[in-house]
Amino acid sequence: MAETVLRLHGVRKSYNIGTPVEVEVLHGIDLSLERGEFVALIGPSGSGKSTMLNLVGLLERPTAGSVEIAGQDATALDEDAVTRLRGRSIGFVFQFHHLIPAFTAAENVAMPLMLERGHSDAAIRARALELLDRVGLAAHAHKVPGQLSGGQQQRVAIARALSFDPPLLLADEPTGNLDTASADEAFALMREFNRRAGITFLLVTHDPRLAQRCDRIIELLDGSVLRDAPSGTALEAR
Amino acid sequence: MIAAPIEWVIALRFMREGRMQSALIITGVTVGVAVIVFLTTLIDTLQTSLIDRVLGSQAHIVVRPPEEIARRVPTTAGSGVTARVEPRAQRLRSIDQWENLYPQFSGASGVTAASPLVSGPGFAARGSASKSVVLMGIDPDRYRRIVKLDTDIVAGAYRVGGTDALIGIELAADLGIGVGDKLRVTTAEGGEDVLTVAGIFDVGSRDLNRRWVFVTLRVAQTLLNLPGGVTSIDLVVERIFDAQGIAERLQAQTGLKVESWMQTNAQLLAALRNQTISNSLIRTFVVMIVALGISSVLVVSVVQKQKEIGILRAMGASRQRIMVVFLLQGATFGLAGSVAGAGLGTVLLHVFSTIYRNADGTPIFSPEVSPRVMAVACVTAIVVGLVAAAVPARRAASLDPATAIRHG
Ligand SMILES: Nc1ncnc2c1ncn2[C@@H]1O[C@H](COP(=O)(O)OP(=O)(O)OP(=O)(O)O)[C@@H](O)[C@H]1O
Ligand SMILES: [Mg+2]
Repeated sequence: MAETVLRLHGVRKSYNIGTPVEVEVLHGIDLSLERGEFVALIGPSGSGKSTMLNLVGLLERPTAGSVEIAGQDATALDEDAVTRLRGRSIGFVFQFHHLIPAFTAAENVAMPLMLERGHSDAAIRARALELLDRVGLAAHAHKVPGQLSGGQQQRVAIARALSFDPPLLLADEPTGNLDTASADEAFALMREFNRRAGITFLLVTHDPRLAQRCDRIIELLDGSVLRDAPSGTALEAR
Repeated sequence: MIAAPIEWVIALRFMREGRMQSALIITGVTVGVAVIVFLTTLIDTLQTSLIDRVLGSQAHIVVRPPEEIARRVPTTAGSGVTARVEPRAQRLRSIDQWENLYPQFSGASGVTAASPLVSGPGFAARGSASKSVVLMGIDPDRYRRIVKLDTDIVAGAYRVGGTDALIGIELAADLGIGVGDKLRVTTAEGGEDVLTVAGIFDVGSRDLNRRWVFVTLRVAQTLLNLPGGVTSIDLVVERIFDAQGIAERLQAQTGLKVESWMQTNAQLLAALRNQTISNSLIRTFVVMIVALGISSVLVVSVVQKQKEIGILRAMGASRQRIMVVFLLQGATFGLAGSVAGAGLGTVLLHVFSTIYRNADGTPIFSPEVSPRVMAVACVTAIVVGLVAAAVPARRAASLDPATAIRHG
């Protein structure tokens, strides 16, 4: 059996607990991703996609249920241990690039490594340049995000997410802000890393065209999994 | 080369990114520290030079014979029920057994010098001119360590011996005499002697320059009819503000009247103390304003940097790291401001020392800032920066990364 990278078990998430406006956003999600899968997470706005990604990414804790990353139950860990696990095991790509404007492209890519090591060094700088080269931006290493196009910024963000060779990469509408050509380019890049390095991808998208190009499609509706099937079947059934 | 810790790198980048805010707050801290350095140095040096001047012609402690007991005087008018208490007129008296007691004073802990003195009123005459003076019978070698009279000689030499005497510059002018001239001295006790002016001094006080006439112990004893006696013992202590404690101790031990300069100059000291208190008050307010300034700049910065903090947390930065990033910014504002402020304070002192001058054109104070004041200002500024950053830093650390990222 393939190696399980992520397992959600009975995951629930409520907001504003104990107040009159308490809402349950996710109603018991069970899910597992195997190593090397390339999965699309789709669903209408407000269905809980970002919330689920935040839980998987250990940025938030579930109200109930467990989140296992590479066989380790993150809900049992304390804050510092969670931070370390997140830093080492999970890469993030966000919709709005989320690069740090005060740092160059190379420094942004090196940031997770520098945070792990506590300081920068030659190996980290070399690694950042190598990653930038892999996303085709070696020439732009010393530009700050403000000097890069949206598509270039997103490629820097992808390089940054890969700095640790994380087993799991999460992307929340990574192409949502890009024109079609840039979106295709970013998508192709992720697909390539998935194929070459066996990195597991979970990516939220509103673009049915891109979802179809993934291996598996999970569809959320009102906080529950509506469908979970290999691509080609899920959308046709609608 | 040792690589800078990542917290430092991030803190410096954040400060550089908000360079307008950073420059403004560092300027604020600079002005605050400059004010503190300037005021503290100004007041310290002025107070020190004032005390120096006061103590320049005064012993730190003076030992005198005990006061004679006041006695009851029955009122003659009434039936004798009421009595009047009348202080006795204090006549010139010598300290009993002073030579036996002397080692107890000169050897007391904290005392660095002692000198016996015979002093009493007299008249100095030259031709038809006659002036009321104070005869000061001294042992010149020992007295020099109480009042640095030897450095105040403006004509002749610091020589007291035989009938050689020292007089002040004003008395010399009043009597129209100079070095080598004779002068006749008489006293109410019936003493009379002819002295030779060996030197003329200027102790910086017109009054003392007009009244003091220094002679040997023996000459004064003869003139004032106190054979073998001394009217007081002058002491100098190691630390001038210990004088009061030492005086009280010696008085209790010996039963003599022991008075410190702090008692005789109580008003001056009270004035200096008030000055010090107002300076402390100003300092406290400046420190508070600086702290509030740093705090508010960092609070704003935390809000502006919410998104970046969220990203850093998502990239594996612990809460502690984020906290340290903001504490470092506070400390850096404090350090940068205090270094610049110490410099600005020094410049201000130099400028003001050339503006404010004594009547004779010499600067009122020297513009030297003590390294201690500098060090205290810098350490205080760093600590204040850290403390001021504590609240914003904790806010930054407790930011929820999910929220920060969601609202991109
Ligand atoms: N911090 C919060 N407090 C209260 N409710 C929240 C909070 N965060 C999310 N929600 C609610 O949870 C539900 C799911 O939000 P989520 O952001 O996961 O949706 P989404 O599927 O990502 O939508 P979109 O496609 O618009 O990004 C929404 O109804 C939202 O209002
Ligand atoms: Mg969303």
